Amino acid sequence: MSNVPAELKYTKSHEWVSLDGDTATVGITDHAQDLLGDMVFIELPEVGANFEKGDDCAVVESVKAASDVYSPLSGEVVEVNEALADSPEAVNNEPYASWLFKLKLSDISQLDEMLDADSYSGVAADDSH
Amino acid sequence: MPFVPHTEEDIRSMLDAIGVESINDLFDEIPADLRHDLGDEKPLALVPEGLPESEVARLMRGRANEDGAPLCFIGAGAYEHHIPAAVWEITTRGEFYSAYTPYQAEASQGTLQLLYEFQTMMASLTGMDVSNGSLYDGASSLAEAILMAVRANRKSKSKRILVPRTTHPHYRKTANTIVMNQGITLEELDYNAEAGHIDPASLSDEPGDFAALVIPYPNFFGVLEDVDVLTDWAHAHGALVIAVVNPLALGLLKSPGEWGEKGADIVCGEGQPLGVPMASGGPYYGIMCCKQALVRQMPGRIVGRTVDLDGKPGYALTLQAREQHIRRSKATSNICTNQGLMVTASTIHMALLGAEGLKRVAAQSHANKQQLVEKLTAIDGVSNAFNRPCFHEVVIQLKTSASDVLDSLAENNILGGYSLVEDYPELGNAILVCATETKSSTDLEHYAETLQRILNK
Repeated sequence: MSNVPAELKYTKSHEWVSLDGDTATVGITDHAQDLLGDMVFIELPEVGANFEKGDDCAVVESVKAASDVYSPLSGEVVEVNEALADSPEAVNNEPYASWLFKLKLSDISQLDEMLDADSYSGVAADDSH
Repeated sequence: MPFVPHTEEDIRSMLDAIGVESINDLFDEIPADLRHDLGDEKPLALVPEGLPESEVARLMRGRANEDGAPLCFIGAGAYEHHIPAAVWEITTRGEFYSAYTPYQAEASQGTLQLLYEFQTMMASLTGMDVSNGSLYDGASSLAEAILMAVRANRKSKSKRILVPRTTHPHYRKTANTIVMNQGITLEELDYNAEAGHIDPASLSDEPGDFAALVIPYPNFFGVLEDVDVLTDWAHAHGALVIAVVNPLALGLLKSPGEWGEKGADIVCGEGQPLGVPMASGGPYYGIMCCKQALVRQMPGRIVGRTVDLDGKPGYALTLQAREQHIRRSKATSNICTNQGLMVTASTIHMALLGAEGLKRVAAQSHANKQQLVEKLTAIDGVSNAFNRPCFHEVVIQLKTSASDVLDSLAENNILGGYSLVEDYPELGNAILVCATETKSSTDLEHYAETLQRILNK
């Protein structure tokens, strides 16, 4: 069973979010990295880009697939994790420390629509069947 | 969705959706007398009875003889060069003789090694970091380069591309056909009437809104563009630089990687001059190289070198996660094959010639062009259209109808050049004339004498 920290929020498309004020830090879950396998490249958004909730905003590329990462919330990209350019494998090793980008949220209430750890664990478990 | 052919109902509903009665109606554009409608009872009236192989061979030999063996001075995108006999002897060996890059990559180490060496040669010729394993042809390589530039230039977010009129007219048409439905517009950039090149002074100082500037080198007129200034201008205006090159010319000319302060970003072009014979327009192949930073936006296949479990060198297709069999609709392009056999010939051709050989072919072609220009412009009523340096091709202006002159030359077994009247009417009776290393001084003299005789009539 994959690791699903209780303090984070989740999407059905396997992104996690942690909130600090109105800034959300976004990454992909342990379950997602496990499905994708060894990461070889992470394409990050530009700082300053604006996304609506559900927009594709990044690409995680593993040895077997390239998958879109969807913006879990609406907002503006204020920071990206440049370190991933040289060490994409960090997403495999520490998925919850290896964030992809930070969003300044335009509508903080969207957070209520996200999954909590319990619900996401259910989604991930169904997915694994 | 089941993998079965379309049912009658499928076909009916598709025809209804586009408002057409029958499948045959889709072929209405083809004149009726050239068609044999499907399901029709009438025989294929225009197709003669079958012939024995020996008679077909005799017929085709006869037809080929009608072509004669004209002296060719037409370039305009396809160039006659000497191809050592060994090139196609080796290329058509059973081990190499396939048009495809292998899908079972590991099963074809020899082919992969050849492609890897091709990529190495192209990268070094263009001064770029990476090359792919080729595209379809020069024109579609420009279209792919444009799509790539729009994807890669995330800063500008523009879907406009500056394309000089000195770029091959067919390339511009092809590129437009491929990119227009993706909302990309090609903005024409006019050339300087005296120089036949893009005058850097004509470029705007305003901050631009272009994803890329295309720089043909040499340009369609054979003229050398002011590549350093153009490259720096593009970069200063937030645009990427797409070089469209004749790779053979790069044996002699400055490689795009060295243009201006930062060099070009993407290099594309037609690979035909490197060992592929002129044959009714093809098959040829496109080249595509770029800087390391853009490699994930590059379409097509890339072969990488690695080591196996025992530490021995081996070759593998790499960056496949970008391709359509994995990435589906979000793939970097729908290029699913290439012109592997042409690339095989080119790689062997370049290996036989070496860097020095390529340089000598390019230098001799340039010298022959120079000699031809001198002889032709010495004739009354014949002038050089532009005052800038040219590679192995030049625009010549005549005082009488270009097509009449070309017809008369053809009657004398000389293909005198490519008429520019349709694509560049402002140049008057202009023809594009090419002389490669295949022409001897006698050939050049013969052309000049024949032209003089025709004009004096």
